[in-house]
Amino acid sequence: MTSSQLLGISTLGYLVASALYIATLIFKTKKTGIAASLVTLITFLFQTVGIGLRWYESYAMGMGHAPLSNMYESLVFFSWSIVIFYLLLEVKFNNRLIGAFAIPFAFISMAYASFGKGINQEISPLIPALQSNWLIAHVITCFIGYAAFAVACGLGFMYLMKSSAEDKPDASLIGTLPDLRVIDDIIHKTMIFGFLWLSAGIITGAVWANSAWGTYWSWDPKETWSLITWFIYAATLHARFTRGWQGKRIAWLAIIGFLSVIFTYFGVNFLLSGLHSYGSS
Amino acid sequence: MSNKNNSIWSFFASVKLALFVLFFLAIASVIGTVIPQNSPPDAYVKEFGENMARFFQILDIPDMYNSWWFTSLLILLALNLTICTIERLPNVWRLVVQNNLETDLDRLAKMRPGKEIITAVSLEEAASRARAGLAENGWKTKEALRDNGVLLFSQKGPWTRFGVYMVHTSILVIFGGAMIGSHFGYKGSVMIPETRSSDTIYSFSNEEPIKLGFEVLCKRFTLTHYPNGAPKEFRSDLAILEDGKEVLTKSIVVNDPLTYKGHTFYQSSYQSYKKFLVSLTDNQRKNSEHFLVEPGKEIKWPEGDVSFGIINRDMTETPYLFKYKIWFKDSTGVAEPFWISDGDTTTVKRDGKDYSFALKEFFATGLQVTKDPGVWYVYIGCTLMLFGLMVAFFLSHRRIWVYIRQEGDTTSVLVSGNANKNRPAFEKNFDAVTRSLDEKLKSHS
Repeated sequence: MTSSQLLGISTLGYLVASALYIATLIFKTKKTGIAASLVTLITFLFQTVGIGLRWYESYAMGMGHAPLSNMYESLVFFSWSIVIFYLLLEVKFNNRLIGAFAIPFAFISMAYASFGKGINQEISPLIPALQSNWLIAHVITCFIGYAAFAVACGLGFMYLMKSSAEDKPDASLIGTLPDLRVIDDIIHKTMIFGFLWLSAGIITGAVWANSAWGTYWSWDPKETWSLITWFIYAATLHARFTRGWQGKRIAWLAIIGFLSVIFTYFGVNFLLSGLHSYGSS
Repeated sequence: MSNKNNSIWSFFASVKLALFVLFFLAIASVIGTVIPQNSPPDAYVKEFGENMARFFQILDIPDMYNSWWFTSLLILLALNLTICTIERLPNVWRLVVQNNLETDLDRLAKMRPGKEIITAVSLEEAASRARAGLAENGWKTKEALRDNGVLLFSQKGPWTRFGVYMVHTSILVIFGGAMIGSHFGYKGSVMIPETRSSDTIYSFSNEEPIKLGFEVLCKRFTLTHYPNGAPKEFRSDLAILEDGKEVLTKSIVVNDPLTYKGHTFYQSSYQSYKKFLVSLTDNQRKNSEHFLVEPGKEIKWPEGDVSFGIINRDMTETPYLFKYKIWFKDSTGVAEPFWISDGDTTTVKRDGKDYSFALKEFFATGLQVTKDPGVWYVYIGCTLMLFGLMVAFFLSHRRIWVYIRQEGDTTSVLVSGNANKNRPAFEKNFDAVTRSLDEKLKSHS
């Protein structure tokens, strides 16, 4: 069994899990829900072993490093973070319906990693600039933040779906979704969590940059876009805490914020030039 | 007149302003990512046309993050943060230090969460049990006599109300550190060939030379590759010289620089000259010489009666590591060639004589040099921010009052709670405390 086989299986697993969560939403059967959670958990374990195995394989090849060094590895870790974050959320709030809005993100991330054009899956050695422990700290903190924002975005969609259906009487599918206030509360907490990790991610990136080049901030497009994302979520949290913004507005901001995350993650690499434009290789 | 001042002040203290500034900072920042920064002027003319390029120059778009208008936005944010803190901090301070034993008793009844426990025991006994019950649950009390009753008060984490202000202050600290760095620091670079030293670096901003006040010597530069050709390591063995004497040596690689007297030297790049450093020693006569050698040329060493040259190159088993064929003739007249790998030293034997011959490809190391006295303030600010965020989001100021008074034949124990954040969690805690108090107060022991 190679890591690449295990991660390929994970892609399939998350597809099945997404389908099961959506089925749970549509048919409201408890058994489908339990199956969805189980498939997610098992796939997550496969994926975890796959990541660990890739780490080990890199050492066996004489170029050992944590599997966080290129687009492929970051997509896999992003997907992994979304799932662990979601599973903890599912346990804490005792609600499987969120899965229909969160696990698809994990699947899409793995699918893009596995089939995306220009995504190099090979284990490559680390170039000098990446040979640092700050790599691990920076990538992990950023992607846990991204994962939380992805889930918040999914919940934003869930909120808007439910809120638009409130006006219609017999919206039975939507009716099974949690109360609007509950969704709003979870979005809020998820955004706070994401904001903390993103702050840590930007800071570890700055410390790393200073130890590598003597400049903790150079307005590089990647750095700048991560700051733009940070501004958006900071504004959202202020609007909520002190202006009392709730509900639909926060749901929309969760979605817009995640669009900024996506641009920071991919748009910068593929559309702009600069330090982080390693995207397609 | 004072009304107008008040409204200006409250505008600067407002969240509305913060939202506007964050919004405009976000939008403005986008511009600098889609319009390339710090390109030569004609690049803008080429891509955007004469008129647009001129417009860009007026607005300082090519260096927009240092432009007057972007800096003004940052100053506005700093002002907003400062004034908002000055405005709100006194009230928060009051809440943190106030004497909660003087709380208006009518307010206690309206507080949520709240619970009244009626018990048959005496007032003194009830107060004693309540005190013990709170203490068991981790709430240490102070008390006072109020209106013929006893008021107990306990709180946790009053200082957590400062969390938000820690975060806001941290941003100001980071700005401060950045300003110190840009006014009292500089960044530059220098190329130092092996065996040479330099006491000057060249500024990034205007390419002017900057004297260091000491010398940096590059003793050796080593370049290694992975089998697939990707660079594996750039390593420079550096030494700092003060008045010609070595005071510090360090072998640096990318991500592991050398620091001396506030200057940090980073491994950044290198340059190859297609030349070689050769060091040759006559082991009998005990004299030696260093040479900078071009391949294909005959090099004469009169003092050693030697002439040599690099005449060929071939690969070794190690990828990107080459070996060189040396033609070597000494006074014995024998001119047998030998192979030597890059970076090696070999012994050349001739009739009754032997020589030590060392060869290495000649490089200059490219160093980036930074002097930034503000960087530690930035780091302190960052640490404060993370700490402040955790306090602001996860910790809260929780208070519990217990007011015990006589109600005819019974004793009333009113338990009131207040938390400024995370209320659901506090309510659970509060319920556990009141349940435990209820048990204690209703028992007959």
